[in-house]
Amino acid sequence: MSDSIVVGFTVNGRRREVLTKPHHTLLEILREDLGLTGTKHGCELGECGACTVLVDGIPQLSCLLLPHQVEGKEITTVEGLAKSGDELHPLQEAFVEVGAVQCGYCTPGMLLTAKALLDENPAPSRQEIAEALSGNICRCTGYESITRAVELAARRMEV
Amino acid sequence: MRVVGKPLPKVDVRAKVTGSTLYADDLVLPDMLFCKLLRSPHPYARIKRVDVRGALEVEGVVAAITGDDLPIKYGILPVTQDEHALENEKVRYVGDPVAAVAAYDEETAALACERIVVEYEVLHPVTSIEEALSEPVDEPIHDYGGPANIHKMAALAFGDLESGFAQADHIREDVFFYEGNTHLPMEEHSAIASYVDGKLTLWSSTQTPHYVHRAVSKVMGLPMSAVRIVATPHGGGFGGKTDPFSHEMVVCKLAMVTGKPVKCTLTREEVFYAHRGRHPVLMWVRTGVKRDGKITAMHFKTALDGGAYGSYGVATTFYTGALQTATYDIPAYRFEGARVFTNKAPCGPKRGHGTPQPRFALELHLDKIAEDLGLDPVEVRRRNYVKPNTTTVNWLRITSCGLEEITNRVIQASGYHRRRRVEGHGMGFAVASYLSGAGLPIYWNKLPHSECQLKLDRGGVTAYCGATDIGQGSDTVIATVVAEELGLWPSDIRLVTGDTGLAPVDLGSYSSRVTFMAGNAALDAARKLRDLLVEVAAESMGCSPGEVEVGDGKIGALSFEETAQLAQERYGAISTAGSYRPPDLAGPYKGSGVGPSPAYSYSAAVVDLDADSKTGIVQVNKVWLAHDIGRSINPISVRGQVEGGVYMGLGEALMEEQAYRKALHKQPSMLDYKSLTFVDMPEVETILVETNDPEGPYGAKEVGQGPLLPVVPAVASAIHDALGVWVDQVPITPDKVLKALDAKVKGEAPRFGPKSFPDIPYPQCIKVDPPHVATQAV
Amino acid sequence: MLRLKPFKYLRPSTVEEAASLAAELNGEAMMVAGGTDLVPKLKRRQMEPSALIGIGHLEELKSVDHLSDGGVSIGAAVTLSKVVGDGELLQRYPGYVRAASLVSSPPLRNLGTIGGNLLVDTRCNYYDMTYEWRQAVGFCLKKDGDICRVAPSSPRCWAVSSSDTAPVAIALDASVVLVGPEGRREVPVSSLYQDDGIRYTTKQPDEVVAFLHFPPKDGWRSSYVKLRRRGSIDFPIGGAAAALRLQDGLVTEARIVLSGVASHPVIAEEAASCLIGRHLDDDAITEASEKAAKPAKPLDNTDLAYTWRKRMVKHLVSQAITEAAAPGR
Ligand SMILES: Cc1cc2nc3c(=O)[nH]c(=O)nc-3n(C[C@H](O)[C@H](O)[C@H](O)COP(=O)(O)OP(=O)(O)OC[C@H]3O[C@@H](n4cnc5c(N)ncnc54)[C@H](O)[C@@H]3O)c2cc1C
Ligand code: SF4
Ligand code: FES
Ligand code: FES
Repeated sequence: MSDSIVVGFTVNGRRREVLTKPHHTLLEILREDLGLTGTKHGCELGECGACTVLVDGIPQLSCLLLPHQVEGKEITTVEGLAKSGDELHPLQEAFVEVGAVQCGYCTPGMLLTAKALLDENPAPSRQEIAEALSGNICRCTGYESITRAVELAARRMEV
Repeated sequence: MRVVGKPLPKVDVRAKVTGSTLYADDLVLPDMLFCKLLRSPHPYARIKRVDVRGALEVEGVVAAITGDDLPIKYGILPVTQDEHALENEKVRYVGDPVAAVAAYDEETAALACERIVVEYEVLHPVTSIEEALSEPVDEPIHDYGGPANIHKMAALAFGDLESGFAQADHIREDVFFYEGNTHLPMEEHSAIASYVDGKLTLWSSTQTPHYVHRAVSKVMGLPMSAVRIVATPHGGGFGGKTDPFSHEMVVCKLAMVTGKPVKCTLTREEVFYAHRGRHPVLMWVRTGVKRDGKITAMHFKTALDGGAYGSYGVATTFYTGALQTATYDIPAYRFEGARVFTNKAPCGPKRGHGTPQPRFALELHLDKIAEDLGLDPVEVRRRNYVKPNTTTVNWLRITSCGLEEITNRVIQASGYHRRRRVEGHGMGFAVASYLSGAGLPIYWNKLPHSECQLKLDRGGVTAYCGATDIGQGSDTVIATVVAEELGLWPSDIRLVTGDTGLAPVDLGSYSSRVTFMAGNAALDAARKLRDLLVEVAAESMGCSPGEVEVGDGKIGALSFEETAQLAQERYGAISTAGSYRPPDLAGPYKGSGVGPSPAYSYSAAVVDLDADSKTGIVQVNKVWLAHDIGRSINPISVRGQVEGGVYMGLGEALMEEQAYRKALHKQPSMLDYKSLTFVDMPEVETILVETNDPEGPYGAKEVGQGPLLPVVPAVASAIHDALGVWVDQVPITPDKVLKALDAKVKGEAPRFGPKSFPDIPYPQCIKVDPPHVATQAV
Repeated sequence: MLRLKPFKYLRPSTVEEAASLAAELNGEAMMVAGGTDLVPKLKRRQMEPSALIGIGHLEELKSVDHLSDGGVSIGAAVTLSKVVGDGELLQRYPGYVRAASLVSSPPLRNLGTIGGNLLVDTRCNYYDMTYEWRQAVGFCLKKDGDICRVAPSSPRCWAVSSSDTAPVAIALDASVVLVGPEGRREVPVSSLYQDDGIRYTTKQPDEVVAFLHFPPKDGWRSSYVKLRRRGSIDFPIGGAAAALRLQDGLVTEARIVLSGVASHPVIAEEAASCLIGRHLDDDAITEASEKAAKPAKPLDNTDLAYTWRKRMVKHLVSQAITEAAAPGR
């Protein structure tokens, strides 16, 4: 077995130091060491997008990230999206309202990727939404409702 | 209606957007162990020896078990109890589990699996329908069924075929092939078991906790009362989690052996091996029609590649012949089906269970007939549509039926008859029908198919029901029904579902039965509670119960809470129970258990696409889908099911396939198994038609599976419209389109697809009198 | 969950140190930039290095520099997303930026680097599979075995070059700066590859690709067309890059390079030279496309029927030429 290492980064605004191994991916650290099971996994090979988290605001696949790559970074997971227990992020509200969630397994990855999109482009076209979310597979919804939700959230966030 | 039919958010959705929903793999129990399965690298081999000593020597390993520890066989159908949790005699496909390890972490468990020694004697694998039909090189895969590797055969004839074909002005024969594909739920299967005080609890991402309950009890040798199955929130099922699975049995056994909780989560590759997906089906159909397209007789033959085990296969076999008559009035109908065993991952039920394949064949076959006769394909179908409140030749009772209306709506909305007729652009139309729940349970019994209990106390209303929400929104349906009756909001209802220890039985989330059956059970229980509350309120108000209105949190003049309190003061603890069992619908013949349903949904699709004659690449522009939902209890969920069904239908039509190289899965990964991405998905226009089914809860019927069905043939039909070639085989990849075009250029039949149907030693047909003849005889 | 096998992770502070670490470890270590190609392969145990040398964090490899001669030097650790978002690069080397934008999916491009993309491992669907799967089918030459499963009588490996950006980089005559334990050298991207599915690069294992260096635009138009099943995520199963210079509507220089058809990016010289001195009319384009397609001989080791892929090459090339000739290129 390889030696253990300590990595430090911020998760959802909280500074964390984790004793881990160089070959444990961020996905494993989040889910298994930090108990943040909101981040999902569907392939562990970079092929489905379920494990997407934001690293310094940019969507990345936690199943591919090695601990050293996230040293000192700011990580946002789905647990960090809502302002408080009652106050959801506008994207979360929109996903709830338009029914963009069926089984919900792709949802954390979709939400975070959509957040990064709206942060950069507050009024994306349907095509831009599709492109931005094209690394996230959803088997339930056919994506239509997700597009509607992102559009709705974008409209609300603009005002 | 106050809440039924309103676009309210699902009751469990906030947890899903905040990441707080706990799916099976998210559960962590104190002192939990992790399990890994060792799977066979051979498609077919006899196991000579399994030695787990090496695994036990690995530090951190707590237990290792083999087939000897789990000798009792199981299987979803009583007639095919042919699986071992761990094989100890023979492996029958690559991925068949042979041993398992429990360790303190998953990495160690995986490492330890590599130290297990298994000696195999390799046997000659059977890899195709054709091979399975011929004399096996080695012994047959199973010790039942036959001849050769045939698992099951069915042969039924309804009505007078001879005279039906004799009356025909035109007779056509076609052969089709539908490649197998898989569910690919985003969530990989996961299960955790704990064994405390002689009681076993299994949390699992299953769609059918009740059937798992029976199987676990049998395999562990524990009474049902000592076993509790909890269906955890689901990351997608589509039929892929409706069998009892090896990993579920194994964690139960390991929990019992070690005294610690044990979890097993499959990898994506293992999910492909667990499979139970769409059967590859070869089909032959021969139909006689009058000059105007009216069908006089039809003969339909199917051959299903079942893979290594029985699973739902017997039912699937019958399903490939059952629902042709649910859309078309076929006066004389003959069906012969056969399922074979091969050394591939076992097939089972996937969205549409056994019916997308014949639907693909049937709809294209009708298109071709229309072309032969020079008729409009839509008109040919209309001339054959079944009518509401009729009984089909194979004894299916049709009640509400919106075929005419969905056809009109979808044709109008899409402008099908006004379409641009240029080479490379095409539109296709198809219809289909699906069950609102199977009329019969999987094992024979006269018990309710769904039960619901309501508890009313100072904590409000709690609904208990075994129904399992797999993302389709069944929890929301139950809450909505109860809320509607009690004048509350769905979010006011506390739910305990999918838990065999706490909630009464529901048979599970399969065959699109939950809204219809659990909905009716909940309705039954809720009406009883409502009556009780109304009576108490009437008494207090000094009026008759008929004068008490329920709604907006009030029972008459009293608030709901006040009424509840009065009721408890008078009766003490309050609970009501409701249940649902479909009427006896099976026809008077063996095999009639598959097909009947208390109600049928109907779907019609039009697909608009561009197909490139140089490359064969198909670009779908838009899909219109009209669905006869009976009544939508939650229009948001219904629309979501339609869009999701269209998505999966397009995937099956164009790219999804469980492909093999000989007996080895060619591509068990999410990269290689092609599921449409966001940018591949065209616009979908959903049209809902309400026909108010007399027996559905508030008139509701199914929507989970039906909308997938017409999409697949509509794609093929649109490609023909665009390029003038038939691709009689899905998935319709661009190479197949080009091959069909090549054939056209060479002056051959402009098609790609199977050339012939094999000789199958079907048994003598069981001759069944159609209902009108039978009634006359009485 | 599919997990990695243990390894050490080394974090050099300069490119030179990375190279000398690699030399010290003598083949035991592999470099990792974004890890989007490497990590899945490690999980599937297609490589089993005992150590990884991280280079993605090296600031010196993370910038896009505009050179005084009008050329551009891009650090190897620059992500594909950064290239895609760089308006100036788009203007000068539209084909390259297009190729980068077509790599896999957005989250992978946020992590994957341009250096890693040039060196992405060759692919084969007998090889890009888990250890257990490969064990079931039988191991092959490229890892753990002694025969090629696609072409069993062949003494070599035919795994397919699957980089989207390499063909355009070659078409634009770019070069790479390699830093090794013995110092730096600059070589054309075209000489970075060789026709061998296993040893697909001429780069030494202890050399780091430090920079990708594009010559000035100088009238070179460029394009890239990719063939894949889905609009995202998928690797190329065919691709064509075209670079052209035109004068008064006549082609003065041309380069055409294919991806996904062999173990290395294939330079279609004959096809390119047949365009010289001609108008880009249908005839010229058709002739060039057919010439380019002729030598391509895909095997049955990537997605879809190889016979179909072979037929697609000419369409890809024709589209690439047409796009390169379009305004704004
Ligand atoms: C699902 C999926 C889809 C993909 N689709 C595509 C696609 O469509 N097109 C495509 O081209 N690629 C694709 N890729 C592969 C990969 O994501 C990209 O090629 C990416 O650009 C690789 O960059 P990286 O930095 O992540 O490389 P790494 O994984 O870090 O490295 C790749 C290889 O290059 C070596 N290496 C990396 N950087 C250097 C350097 N500076 N000097 C020396 N050696 C180095 C590594 O040792 C390793 O052998 C896909 C990957 C996945 C998982
Ligand atoms: S081409 Fe042959 S040797 Fe190379 S990876 Fe594929 S099977 Fe192995
Ligand atoms: S789990 Fe990371 S992309 Fe699938
Ligand atoms: S909601 Fe189920 S995978 Fe997207």
